[in-house]
Amino acid sequence: MALDSKIPEGPIQDKWTDYKNKINLVNPANKRHIDIIVVGTGLAGGSAAATLAELGYNVKAFAYQDSPRRAHSIAAQGGINAAKNYQGDGDSTYRLFYDTVKGGDYRSREANVYRLAEVSGNIIDQCVAQGVPFARDYGGLLDNRSFGGVLVSRTFYAKGQTGQQLLLGAYSAMNRQIARGKIEMFNRHEMLDVVIVDGKARGIIARNLITGEIERHSAHAVVVATGGYGNVYFLSTNAMGSNVTASWKIHKKGAYFANPCYTQIHPTCIPRSGDYQSKLTLMSESLRNDGRIWVPAKLEDAKAIREGKKKPTDLSEEERDYYLERRYPAFGNLVPRDVASRAAKERCDAGFGVNATGEAVYLDFADAITRYGTEQAKIHNISNPSKAKIYELGKAIVEAKYGNLFQMYEKIVDENPYETPMMIYPAVHYTMGGVWVDYNLMTTVPGLYCIGEANFSDHGANRLGASALMQGLADGYFVLPYTIGDYLADDIRTGKISTDSAEFEAAEKEVKDRIEFFINNKGTKSVDYFHKKLGKVMWDKCGMSRNEKGLKEAIEEIKAIREEFWKEVKVPGDANEMNPELEKAGRVADFLELGELFAKDALVREESAGGHFREEYQTPEGEAKRRKEFQYVSAWEYVGEPSEAILHKEPLEYENIEVKERSYK
Amino acid sequence: MNLTLKIWRQKDSKTKGQMVDYKVTDISEHMSFLEMMDVLNEQLFAQGEEPVAFDHDCREGICGMCSMYINGEAHGPDRGITTCQLHMRMFNDGDTITIEPFRAAAFPVIKDLVVDRSAFDRIQQAGGYISVNTSGNTQDANSIPISKHAADEAMDAATCIGCGACVASCKNSSAMLFVGAKVSQYALLPQGQVEAADRVKNMVAQMDLEGFGNCTNTGACEVECPKGISLENIARMNRELLKASI
Repeated sequence: MALDSKIPEGPIQDKWTDYKNKINLVNPANKRHIDIIVVGTGLAGGSAAATLAELGYNVKAFAYQDSPRRAHSIAAQGGINAAKNYQGDGDSTYRLFYDTVKGGDYRSREANVYRLAEVSGNIIDQCVAQGVPFARDYGGLLDNRSFGGVLVSRTFYAKGQTGQQLLLGAYSAMNRQIARGKIEMFNRHEMLDVVIVDGKARGIIARNLITGEIERHSAHAVVVATGGYGNVYFLSTNAMGSNVTASWKIHKKGAYFANPCYTQIHPTCIPRSGDYQSKLTLMSESLRNDGRIWVPAKLEDAKAIREGKKKPTDLSEEERDYYLERRYPAFGNLVPRDVASRAAKERCDAGFGVNATGEAVYLDFADAITRYGTEQAKIHNISNPSKAKIYELGKAIVEAKYGNLFQMYEKIVDENPYETPMMIYPAVHYTMGGVWVDYNLMTTVPGLYCIGEANFSDHGANRLGASALMQGLADGYFVLPYTIGDYLADDIRTGKISTDSAEFEAAEKEVKDRIEFFINNKGTKSVDYFHKKLGKVMWDKCGMSRNEKGLKEAIEEIKAIREEFWKEVKVPGDANEMNPELEKAGRVADFLELGELFAKDALVREESAGGHFREEYQTPEGEAKRRKEFQYVSAWEYVGEPSEAILHKEPLEYENIEVKERSYK
Repeated sequence: MNLTLKIWRQKDSKTKGQMVDYKVTDISEHMSFLEMMDVLNEQLFAQGEEPVAFDHDCREGICGMCSMYINGEAHGPDRGITTCQLHMRMFNDGDTITIEPFRAAAFPVIKDLVVDRSAFDRIQQAGGYISVNTSGNTQDANSIPISKHAADEAMDAATCIGCGACVASCKNSSAMLFVGAKVSQYALLPQGQVEAADRVKNMVAQMDLEGFGNCTNTGACEVECPKGISLENIARMNRELLKASI
């Protein structure tokens, strides 16, 4: 099937408005007879479910957690971008569009990104109306901060808990509709397959995670909003339950999977400490506004620190290498995430890393404390303030800005980051790749939509900070509710979809057979054994930098792990009860297939772009080198084994932005 | 370090549960409490026993999913954190640690340490929102200035993660800190004024219906709250309720 991205005609700034003027609408009386399933209730799914219910559709929403309020969007710390230009620093829709396309290393779809920038301002208006307590300045107006990869301050925030507040906003909007009976909420339910009838998505098979019951649910359209697949690495900043299953199941039923190799490795995470580690913790990128990143300039100092013979505070300014400020004077510590991550790895690989593992760099707030302290002393008319007074005043400001992050760090690492520089190291955080969708956010299966991190569309090969929240809410509040109506306008006479069809029967049987296999398999090894093994291959060979040899090895190794998994996996307990091991088994089975497609995608993309860094393709300075002939989206069609997946290319054209060498120098 | 764990095991909501003793060895002080539980579960797996079911997800203290009652305290002995942020350095070699589910009539046990907190969702559905549709035509976000003080205070209330530690810690199993936090967030903001009276009445009525107890000002909830939600929120809720009732 040829890919049709369905981008509307006309100048980029008019596309979305013209599109909305011309689409089919469903009248309110007919909406009452149309059902929509939304799987996943994070920012994208939650906002979509609430808005669709407000419009009058009957929504069935599904979450694997015990409440929609737990979705991992809640963990986003730093903020949400919007082109409001409240700071008067030259921001505009075009500039946000430009920054996002450039930040994505010219691998995203222009029309989608422009629409995202266009609706970004509405998101802030909507959230404020909902009572989201964004940070404000003393005049009572909304405050902004700056994030990596941009030269303006357009990030709105609520302390270090912006994702939480936005999610609770969407959750409150959902609650209003749940109370009205317009959303039927299925907590502790996991989607295990999609049901396709006459070529259209018409329902799902879900497992009740408390009773183990397998349920059939029908609808006129299905929306998948189940987030990213970072947990394919085992260790990531994702929640323990985050998984690819819904996306992978729809891929196997006909939805193309795009750019799986585009993964974001976030530069500021707490370094790992031991083999027992179950997950990694992110420290918001906003810390790079005030923190300076460095490693010892001399190898012997780095060694002494690793062995505990020296402390970072023992090193003078000259003995430190502020490598981001040195390499990228224009953006300094605020270069985009992929650039910052690779630079940290480069220093650590060269032997300058700190921490016992040698896999950590410093993020230092000493300068910021002094700077803020001096400023505060002036504001409060304190002449000749002592060093201690400056420290006290400065610390209070840093605490007000980042207090909860510092506390989190101290609880995990057991060091006080006000006094000793924080240690950070990159970790898997976000996946730009995902299910291929057209301009309508519809997958290659009619009636099957994919929104938020689960789709591939807006961030290209690298996502800028504070843009995930923006995309999730844009898709759910402002884009999908229009585009899905255009599709559903044909369904007003369809009537209720029956769950008694052969298609539902077959999908249910497939799901039940697999569960039965897991429960009855006489293996000896736990699910985590395989997940950790897969994670190690992914991190070593499909991580921050990749090469042909490693990727070919990864493909073979993942295949071997998968074969062993199906022979040797053991799942304790029963199918008809709450069984966390059984849940994990299904998810890891899907990761084991995705992992291979991921490596294959990385292998055929013979260029470096954003989060995908191929060692063979770099500039003499070690920067990512894009290649014009790869200016396309790789959309993979499932035909059986991942190795046989068929590549479809969606060419990317840039008419409103000049494709340039991405430079942050 | 080596530890003895006394853990509540219960097959499902209909079966009677009991405390069961387990031993774990070679626990690193840098492990999180849940990583220690992972080690226990691996051990149980190797012995052919069923792992202990417990709720957890983000493992960074924000989703509110984890919910253990450890040595008689919700989220264990440390302050200002959830169970997933609790580290083993808070314990000593040879300790015996008692691990129970959050206990309250309104939080029935589902399995082992997993409880049903859907009562919290139903209270939110009763009024924990501002009735504004998504239209794309809402007024500009900066059209109503809100004092920094009010915004910050609303944010402090809104920071509640809905974990239920307040209920588990309260001798009356009261949910007033949880409800007070949501009522306060909206009461402090101009957007919340229009529906303020109905909101507080409906949320409190639902809270009572769910079987949560009343507040007797013991203050255990505030002490155990991982997000430091203040008792003032309960006072504000009571004021709002009084205002709405007269």
